[in-house]
Amino acid sequence: MKIKTSYFGEVKIDEKDIIYFEQGLPGFLEEKEFVLLSFDEPLAFQVLQSVSTETLAFIVVFPFDFKKDYKVDLNDHILEQLKIETEDDVLILSIVTLKDHLNISTANLQAPIIINRHSHLGKQYIMHESSFSTKEKIFNSSIMKEEE
Amino acid sequence: MLVLTRKAKQKIMIGDNIEIELLSIEGDQVKLGISAPKDIDVNRYEVYEAIQKENDEASKKIDITKILK
Repeated sequence: MKIKTSYFGEVKIDEKDIIYFEQGLPGFLEEKEFVLLSFDEPLAFQVLQSVSTETLAFIVVFPFDFKKDYKVDLNDHILEQLKIETEDDVLILSIVTLKDHLNISTANLQAPIIINRHSHLGKQYIMHESSFSTKEKIFNSSIMKEEE
Repeated sequence: MLVLTRKAKQKIMIGDNIEIELLSIEGDQVKLGISAPKDIDVNRYEVYEAIQKENDEASKKIDITKILK
């Protein structure tokens, strides 16, 4: 199917790549279907694009690439909601709030996006006891993926 | 708004399966215990509100090429 996107114009997506957020996201409760899209350039950023709303897209990153001591404890509720059985099911992303400069841009480490890549269920997971905030400055000057 | 008066260790029910117990009162703080089904998320109000606001801010499209310069 074809969808209209915020960053890539019209894009053809495979329906099996749709990630279902059964409860939406805080602030966007009606938005239940998203796809993860990548930029052509080797950026650390990806885009979590709403399937139904062209203008709704979040820039996301793998938080562990930027914050080595980041930790997410998944409780029984989310394991059950997303039908997570093994660690291999889990993909963790953080929504980025981009500003004019990267060093003042922030990532929401308190409420990561958890995706079960096998069941294709997703949820923004609010951590109750977290030492991380919704506005963590985790970027230095480089956002290009490190070639290691 | 419905207002109920409770003492420590007393509970209230919301619907058939959400239970809230007033565990203790110390000064201006009360401790609540909440039992809810697994599909009901319980959060501190201000935390949920902060995440709503952050999502709203993050959803605004920006010119990525500008940041790359």
